[in-house]
Amino acid sequence: MKDMSELRPKLTTNHLVFEDNDPQDELVTLNLGPTHPATHGVFQNILQVDGERIVSGISTIGYIHRAFEKIAEHRPYYQITPLTDRLNYCSSPINNMGWHMTVEKLLGIEIPKRVQYMRVIIMELSRITDHIICNGILGVDTGAFSGFLYVMQEREFIYEIFEEICGARLTTNIGRIGGFERDFNEIAFAKVKEFIKRFPSVLNEFEDLFTRNRIFIDRTSGVAAVDPETALSYSWSGPILRATGVDYDVRANEPYSSYEDFDFDIPVGENGDVYDRYMVRNEEMRQSMRIIEQALEKIEKEPKGLFHADVPEFYLPPKEMVYNNMEALIYHFKIVMGEIDTPKTEVYHAVEGGNGELGFYLISDGGRSPYRLHFRRPSFINYQMYAPMSSGMLLSDAIINMSSLNVIAGELDA
Amino acid sequence: MATMGSTYDLARFGAERPSFSPRQSDMLLVMGTIAKKMGPVLKQVYIQMAEPRWVIAVGACASSGGIFDTYSVLQGIDEVVPVDVYVPGCPPRPEAILDGVMRLQDIVRSESVRRRETEEYKALLESYGIHKHG
Amino acid sequence: MAKLDNQTLIGHLQQQFASDIQVEGEPFGLPTIETSKERILEVLQFLKTNKDLQFIYLTDITAVHYPAQKLSIAVVYHVHSLVYNVRIRVKVFLDGDKPEIPSATALWNGANWMERETYDFFGVIFIGHPDLRRILNVDDMEVFPMRKEYPLEDPNRVDKKDFFFGR
Repeated sequence: MKDMSELRPKLTTNHLVFEDNDPQDELVTLNLGPTHPATHGVFQNILQVDGERIVSGISTIGYIHRAFEKIAEHRPYYQITPLTDRLNYCSSPINNMGWHMTVEKLLGIEIPKRVQYMRVIIMELSRITDHIICNGILGVDTGAFSGFLYVMQEREFIYEIFEEICGARLTTNIGRIGGFERDFNEIAFAKVKEFIKRFPSVLNEFEDLFTRNRIFIDRTSGVAAVDPETALSYSWSGPILRATGVDYDVRANEPYSSYEDFDFDIPVGENGDVYDRYMVRNEEMRQSMRIIEQALEKIEKEPKGLFHADVPEFYLPPKEMVYNNMEALIYHFKIVMGEIDTPKTEVYHAVEGGNGELGFYLISDGGRSPYRLHFRRPSFINYQMYAPMSSGMLLSDAIINMSSLNVIAGELDA
Repeated sequence: MATMGSTYDLARFGAERPSFSPRQSDMLLVMGTIAKKMGPVLKQVYIQMAEPRWVIAVGACASSGGIFDTYSVLQGIDEVVPVDVYVPGCPPRPEAILDGVMRLQDIVRSESVRRRETEEYKALLESYGIHKHG
Repeated sequence: MAKLDNQTLIGHLQQQFASDIQVEGEPFGLPTIETSKERILEVLQFLKTNKDLQFIYLTDITAVHYPAQKLSIAVVYHVHSLVYNVRIRVKVFLDGDKPEIPSATALWNGANWMERETYDFFGVIFIGHPDLRRILNVDDMEVFPMRKEYPLEDPNRVDKKDFFFGR
């Protein structure tokens, strides 16, 4: 076990510009460029290295900046959901649900319990996919490719569940403001139950490969350790913050979508190093399975077939009614053309995304598009500590550190 | 990523080794949205590839800008590099990507060996500002 | 640890700062106050260090552009007290022609990129920021794209003909 204090980086500054610290030109400037196998997405780090050790670095992002916030000002509320998909595209249902909950908070819509439990199932399934990718890729970056292949199969199964529910695998656009567009059919429930039965054994197999593996422990334990005060001052959130010892989870602090009805633990680490982050994510996957099991039991007790709130002003009526019923036709017209008045106020709603606190700050001016929509993106805020943190580290440790931060380029740039 | 996993398995079509160096690869798969900031980088990667080289634009955003008609997104990578196959979809299903790779294999099979020396090809590269030598 | 509710929180702030802050309201349970750029750092510091409040977590910094008002750019801080589980929103309205405000990087390191993003999109100058330059847009862009007068689409594009799109 390495001596932790020696490897804990000294963060005295958040100054990221290269000073003239190399008068004899001995250091090498290395461009860990936007297209690089180790970076999971397009972001760039220009590093000054002294042999294998990094002296300092500058991060450059914005290579996939798509101006979501500007687009959102020109789209009606229901058309912004596909945009939110593409934020953290590894766990897009969480983004969708978070957006819907924000708008429902603004409009004051009450969601029935059954719909909330269905949302919880979807969100926990997508949290599992996000953590599968993160831990799988962490394994690949340390050199072990086979673990990734095994758990990707499980991700394919979750894709099948999403396909059964909404038709798409990755960018799901699940749900509507007010609930879901259709009920989960029998096949979807059966697949979720089958997933719960078979995933624990796959996860155990994955853990057998890594958790007590001597090489993995040497690569990850003690690497990039962070203390809680520094993590909080950099506004970290999510599994990486919990790995440092702070038990901040939006699901427990401000429960949304009836998370207060569920019984789950929040795994917390000790040192904040890469190994702890890996373990926290694994344990969170197990807790997600617990939540899904409880949700399935709770759904049994709710009235069958209820999949949306009774809000005809915001939830499109079914097409048969639109063609036959005058009221439904008028509501349909008003919703699509945006004639419904929305309150002129502002709302901030946060959900626990795969990487941390995903927040939506929405200011409405009464029209059909938001006046201003801002996404509080966890990957963006978590990543700013990367360059200060990597000074003093070995290059290979910096790569492992980056993959354990789970930076998704879509969420980084938005 | 799923295309390279076990269910869809791009490797059985010959793409066993995703090479991370453009200098040693034949086919460039451009996936996802390319912002204007990324355009010169993409061009540089293309220039680093050795002839014969092919480009597949995977996804609606790489083909034409997709749903992002904004000031910061390149409306299709064919504004900076010549493209051989376009795979639509947002995101494209793995079967679609496999189909795109197979179409490219058809192109490779039927292409003339002297194509890279023709005047037409040179003019194409000139129109993108990519000079043949350097 | 006593529970901190919104009334007590506003009470503490008004006691400390009297007329320098205005309480805008509590949309959806989130107390919102407004202050001036001269006092913002003191307000944030008070929120962070006072042991009854302990707002140690900076959630977000962003800005909003209201072109119709004289003080047209509003910088919005969301701060969260993890100890008492209370959030607060602090707004500062700045003059649109010369939006300058002291930087919060002295209090929280995490404000660094948040302020760079706000500068990139709205042109707000944060005095005292160690490295204020564009972060998401191309470095040589001259305009600040999120301001309302700037269009969404690229005005120089040649392939899409407005006639066919009904414009």
